[in-house]
Amino acid sequence: MNVGSDLSEPFAQLGRVLFLLDFNTRLVVTGTALLGAACGWIGTFLLLRKRALLGDALSHATLPGIALAFCAMLALGGTGKWLPGLLLGAAFSGALGCATVLALRRFRKIDDDTAMGIVLSVFFGAGVVLLGWAQAQPGGSAAGLESFIYGKTASMVRADVIWIAALSAIALIVSLALFKEFQLLCFDEAYARATGWPTGALDLTLAALVTLVTVAGLQAVGLILVIAFLITPAAAARFWARRLGPTATIAAALGTASGWAGASISALVPQAPAGAVIVLTASALFTLSLLFGTERGLVPHWFKRSRQRHRMDLHHLLRAAYEWLDRHSFPSPPEVPCPALLQARSWSHSHFERIVRRAERAGWIFLAPPDTIRLTPEGFREAARVTRTHRLWEAYLIHYAEIAPSHVDRDADAVEHVLGPEIIAELEAALATGDPVTSPHPTGKNAA
Amino acid sequence: MSWHPLDTSITLIGILCAVACALPGTFLVLRKVSMMGDAISHAVLPGLALAFIVTASRASLPMFLGAVVAGVLTALFTGWIGQTGRVERGAAMGIVFTTLFAAGLLIMVQAADRVDLDPSCVLYGAIELAPLDVVATLPLGDTVLDVPRAILVLLGALIANLVLITLFFKELAVTSFDPGFSITAGFRPALIDCALMGLVALTAVAAFEVVGSILVIAMLIVPGATARLLTDRLSATLGWSVAVAATAAILGHLLAVFLPEVLGFPPTSTSGMMAVASGCLFLLALLVRKQVR
Repeated sequence: MNVGSDLSEPFAQLGRVLFLLDFNTRLVVTGTALLGAACGWIGTFLLLRKRALLGDALSHATLPGIALAFCAMLALGGTGKWLPGLLLGAAFSGALGCATVLALRRFRKIDDDTAMGIVLSVFFGAGVVLLGWAQAQPGGSAAGLESFIYGKTASMVRADVIWIAALSAIALIVSLALFKEFQLLCFDEAYARATGWPTGALDLTLAALVTLVTVAGLQAVGLILVIAFLITPAAAARFWARRLGPTATIAAALGTASGWAGASISALVPQAPAGAVIVLTASALFTLSLLFGTERGLVPHWFKRSRQRHRMDLHHLLRAAYEWLDRHSFPSPPEVPCPALLQARSWSHSHFERIVRRAERAGWIFLAPPDTIRLTPEGFREAARVTRTHRLWEAYLIHYAEIAPSHVDRDADAVEHVLGPEIIAELEAALATGDPVTSPHPTGKNAA
Repeated sequence: MSWHPLDTSITLIGILCAVACALPGTFLVLRKVSMMGDAISHAVLPGLALAFIVTASRASLPMFLGAVVAGVLTALFTGWIGQTGRVERGAAMGIVFTTLFAAGLLIMVQAADRVDLDPSCVLYGAIELAPLDVVATLPLGDTVLDVPRAILVLLGALIANLVLITLFFKELAVTSFDPGFSITAGFRPALIDCALMGLVALTAVAAFEVVGSILVIAMLIVPGATARLLTDRLSATLGWSVAVAATAAILGHLLAVFLPEVLGFPPTSTSGMMAVASGCLFLLALLVRKQVR
């Protein structure tokens, strides 16, 4: 018994799958990756149009068309399984379903969700009825039609991949040609309508493109799982980019990646249906994007927030110190007792200590026992700047927004951290006040 | 083709199923979250599959538990992704339910050699076979009535729906129509929402083996949407909804058995026809309402 070859066997298989050496794997991986790219791209427009579930309704609505096309082709004397015919039927009834959803939304008492749910389930019901008849047709076996529901990824043939490539290419070209129009439709429908764009026709075109990629995906991953391809990569891409072009491109890349990785994994692991594995891969990518996406991911967002909070805490500490010094006519070493600072804001002891340590590290203060902090020259300058910004904004509110002097402190407290140098300069010009600005209300512990 | 005693049985099962679904479904429609029915009916799959694997049988109780947990999780995950990730609700729902469905499919395929569970049965249901699965007999005078399992399960779901909706009618009403007010009035809309989703999941599973996972959506939503067109009062909406559901079930079976005969086709799927019939009733209501207005 050769143990070595047993051990290397999985690696050899891994290599064969990764480098696409098997013809079948190459076909499946190419097909799903292409489909992922097309669905990710088109799905982005659908998501931004806030119609993510339209793909869901549409993919279910293709069933009666498929069954009807099968029966019609059988009646005309064919085998009923001619792929272009079936796809045409699917596209037709899918488009009809989309149009029905868009028509039903116009009724006041029918919301989007209900319109989609009704179309989805009633069309599917009609499909099941027609399929019942199709299966009972003499001469034709409708057994293969089931593959439209679950997909038959592993047994994809060359013709399927060519169909996917062709339909995806059409969808891509049309959406690129209408990129500007779709962008307008997604972000400002009201403006688009007001400036005379045919929003209804554009919506229908978008629905038609979704139909195209859905129909292309039916064969590959099945009608239930193609929904994931339309929604998940697009939703994941939103965590990485803000502008439409990059978002759609990243969505296409994520779709490609999930198609490729999912199909490869399912080729390696026994009893793992490709459709399901692809969906789970896409979901995993979505989870990663949700957590780490540079644009809106939770972890970067949390870091940004905590940095901002630290900065605000420092500002508050310095301003509290400056205001205390101001009240005590600036004693010569600028020292402030900690209890006075602690009273100025509702800080807990431990939180206050953390802020003081951070300020110390920034070189703005140092601890001078007993229980006193002393501002360094830089710290004093920064404290003066922060306090001045605060008071400028207060003065602005009093003069221009006509807010009572006793009520401006809180408002200014929220805004002072984000005022840039340009705004400060503008404020100075507008108020035409000299330096230093004095506080318009009593500060410190008597302030409230 | 003449009326067989089995047809009565199928119709009865259809009515029970449609009415049991219509009750919680009406609240889905009123809360404008109809697609949640779609999401939940797909997402209960892993719950079912895990219950099958753990108990290695098709026992009802673990199955319902698994489904309810999966249904509530769908609602929670959708809410969480929607809020923390600022993802549009529809998209969040789509991501959650396709993921859970794919996971369920994977579990089912992995366990295929251990547990007898057919995906297409979950998808289509088999109302025509439901009357044959007899679990009890009911002596009634001279004749002995067979009681199929489906009737018991659906009756249980119907009673659970009736009891819970009657008990929590006020809570459901106020959180459906004015969630903002309901918070200030001391209700907990999020909690009620989860409970409703659990109820929907339970009902969906009960209805699965009869109409299949996708046609359940028709049973859930369409009667409620039809009733919504016909009236503005909550109790009347529920009443209309139940009436539409029962009518659709009866019409569905009649259409499946007798319409094909007239047209010269073989008989077809009753559950599919039930969905089509409810769609026709909805269309009728749409036309009627338009004339009234």
